[in-house]
Amino acid sequence: MIVDRKPLNFWEKLYLPAIIGGLKVTLKHAYATLIQRKVVTMEYPEQKWTLPTGYRGAPYLVKDQDNNTKCVSCQLCEFVCPPKAIRITPPGDTGAKADRTNAEKMPAEFEINMLRCIFCGFCQEVCPEEAIFLQQNYSLIGLSRKEMIYDKEKLLSLGGEVGGIQKWKLKLEEAKAQENFPVKV
Amino acid sequence: MDWYFIIFSAVKIAVVIGMVLTMVAYSVLAERKISAWIQDRVGPNRCAPPFLKYIPGGQFLTRLGIFQPMADGLKAFLKEDFMPAGVRKVYFWLAPAVAMVPALLAVAVIPFGSSLGGQKMVIADLNVGILYTFGIVSLGVYGIVLAGYAANSKYPFLGGIRSSAQMISYEISMGMSVIPVLLIAGNLNLSQIVAWQGTHGWLVLYAPLSFVIFLVAAFAETNRTPFDLPEAETELVGGYHTEYSSMKFALFFLGEYSNMIGSSSMMVTLFFGGWSLPFWGLDHPATTLVAGIAHILVFIAKMLLFMVLFIWVRWMFPRFRYDQLMDLGWRRFLPLALANILVTAIWLWFTSSK
Repeated sequence: MIVDRKPLNFWEKLYLPAIIGGLKVTLKHAYATLIQRKVVTMEYPEQKWTLPTGYRGAPYLVKDQDNNTKCVSCQLCEFVCPPKAIRITPPGDTGAKADRTNAEKMPAEFEINMLRCIFCGFCQEVCPEEAIFLQQNYSLIGLSRKEMIYDKEKLLSLGGEVGGIQKWKLKLEEAKAQENFPVKV
Repeated sequence: MDWYFIIFSAVKIAVVIGMVLTMVAYSVLAERKISAWIQDRVGPNRCAPPFLKYIPGGQFLTRLGIFQPMADGLKAFLKEDFMPAGVRKVYFWLAPAVAMVPALLAVAVIPFGSSLGGQKMVIADLNVGILYTFGIVSLGVYGIVLAGYAANSKYPFLGGIRSSAQMISYEISMGMSVIPVLLIAGNLNLSQIVAWQGTHGWLVLYAPLSFVIFLVAAFAETNRTPFDLPEAETELVGGYHTEYSSMKFALFFLGEYSNMIGSSSMMVTLFFGGWSLPFWGLDHPATTLVAGIAHILVFIAKMLLFMVLFIWVRWMFPRFRYDQLMDLGWRRFLPLALANILVTAIWLWFTSSK
């Protein structure tokens, strides 16, 4: 394709209009930044952006309302984890019993290697006990690789508390919905 | 040999080199800050020494990035000095020095003040000051060409070729543009040109076209935008210094900024009255200490204005295409400069024949 270019007139050939235009634009921007303080930069550690709901940050383990570990060491997340970042050590026969009453066991050790984690959210999706959630933290810092492998205590303390087991409520709603469907005549 | 002369010259050299290097470091900071302001950013504002709380106004200085050049310098020294396989070693080592040294040498003949305590404020008061400057500055191209040749790599090679063609072309226009100035002032000695301007008024009023050509050629000579083809980042990665790292790279960088300082001082000296100001009685050589210091400050202030112009222009214009660059140099500025010489000469002939 041949682009039709208008020949420059004498005034334009002097480059002067372009130079003056450039001076004006740059001065305007410098004025806006220096005097009016209209800066586009967000100075990160002091200012942080608001994360959208459903943001997939680092996965942490959560506790229930009675401060018990929710995880039952089913190892589904370990199995589903694409980069194999999760490693669960089950309690075995001799290990500690579960914190809460209606659970069989809890993990002896639960490690997430945050250097491997890709924040995909499969662990949260697959967890039957709603024990692991991708939370809002995206800034994970450590001085060594070892430090970046988060163990059970760390994950639990970072994860906080998500009370109530919602899955039975959801199941109940599902069951009720199924009972009412197809509509009885 | 006069011992006082040697001692005072050594002191002047040390002070001037120190000042120039400091200014280079801070003009890098100025470049970053001004570019940030033009692009709606904040620029470097984090670097702070550990003893910051003992410095008054330390927070503000940190926001200004005053401590950034120290970190930059330290970084340049601590980085790995990597030499790619297949470079021509002698030239590879030589090139950064050849780029840096002429830039510093050119400052030697610049009168940066009138006199201070009976001492002339110029390192070498040469009678052929301008010729010396042109001779030295044209050596600067060898640094770039050698760098391009020695790296044994395509991008630096292209950068070196471009730079040699560009600098040779614009040196001619630059040299031609100064001749009217010499005709009017009737002298090659920079100190005396400044003294002439003190009594007769700034030369930019007598030879504005010369100034414009000199300004544009100075941009081309220092490889600054819109003539930064030798290092065109978008086309040639880094141009002639693509293969350089660590302090060798920093030397090219410093060389560029010293060249800018040299060009700015030349423009101030030749066209804007050097250390002289037409008011407050600063237009004749200083007899008191205060006036001497004032002259030096006036010179530095004028020079810094030109430095700001250099930096400002970089963030304003796109790069010229190579053929446009050559066209501008050979077919516009060279005839203009020649015509300028002719017109000035005829004018001088008519005015002086009375």
